[in-house]
Amino acid sequence: MTLRAGVLVFPGSNCDRDLVVALRRAGAQVSTVWHKDAALPVGLDLVAVPGGFSFGDYLRCGAIAARAPVVRAVVAFARGGGLVLGVCNGFQVLIEAGLLPGALMRNAGLRFVCAPADLFVGTPDSPFTNGYARSETVTFPIAHHDGAYFANPETLARLEGEDRVAFRYRANPNGSCGGIAGVLSENRRVLGLMPHPERAVDPAHGGVDGGRVFAALVETAAAGALQGA
Amino acid sequence: MLKQGVLDPQGEAVRHALGSLGFPGVGDVRIGKVIELDLDATDEAAARVQVDAMCRALLANPVIETYVVDIA
Repeated sequence: MTLRAGVLVFPGSNCDRDLVVALRRAGAQVSTVWHKDAALPVGLDLVAVPGGFSFGDYLRCGAIAARAPVVRAVVAFARGGGLVLGVCNGFQVLIEAGLLPGALMRNAGLRFVCAPADLFVGTPDSPFTNGYARSETVTFPIAHHDGAYFANPETLARLEGEDRVAFRYRANPNGSCGGIAGVLSENRRVLGLMPHPERAVDPAHGGVDGGRVFAALVETAAAGALQGA
Repeated sequence: MLKQGVLDPQGEAVRHALGSLGFPGVGDVRIGKVIELDLDATDEAAARVQVDAMCRALLANPVIETYVVDIA
């Protein structure tokens, strides 16, 4: 089966097109979904929440977007076993919506960081990361001001114990607890990460390491193995 | 306000700046935010219940922040 993906668009999203291109290039059938829509298109396998500055980052990054009508539908979709990917501001939105634990705070160095980041693959055990080997190093760009992952010690221990750290920075660029760059939900079907895999899918981007996230999703769908969606 | 134990890099930067301006004895700086709400409610207790619900639903992030409500 072809992977059917919906990419959300909020006022201030600026990586929505990048996600559409990366997903289509991998072979997915992609539509975009406006934030005021109260329902998702029927039959989606994956909802992708893009990077950007939704609602101007007012109050807290992702806070206003997380209360948008479409996100209520995304929460229900995720609770029903649907796949959800949040990149950068999308990760902030998923955390604010309560789909992933912790918080994303101002970078420890107080600067906006925009650079390629070397990451360790924390776990290949998810529909997003099964194209990588555990502890393999990959390079995705990062571009954020509020990307320091924070969670209390109990939550961090739980994430580590349940093998839910999807990606970890080789050299921590923002003060994230445990160098965490991306985390999985308890059912491993929601992934949020600050680095941008969709900006590393073409040699002209400087690297293609991110393409395997989208290829893995498409291949899992083709194998008919997206159970629960 | 950020909870105790949550690193506040902005507060740290302000603490350094105060030190470099020659203000002595500043141990810790924590930066929070103030949100003013103009409500229709005339009853203080009702307003407090309403604002507390707003804090939990949107205004504060309980993972990293605490909040207090003052009614003027």
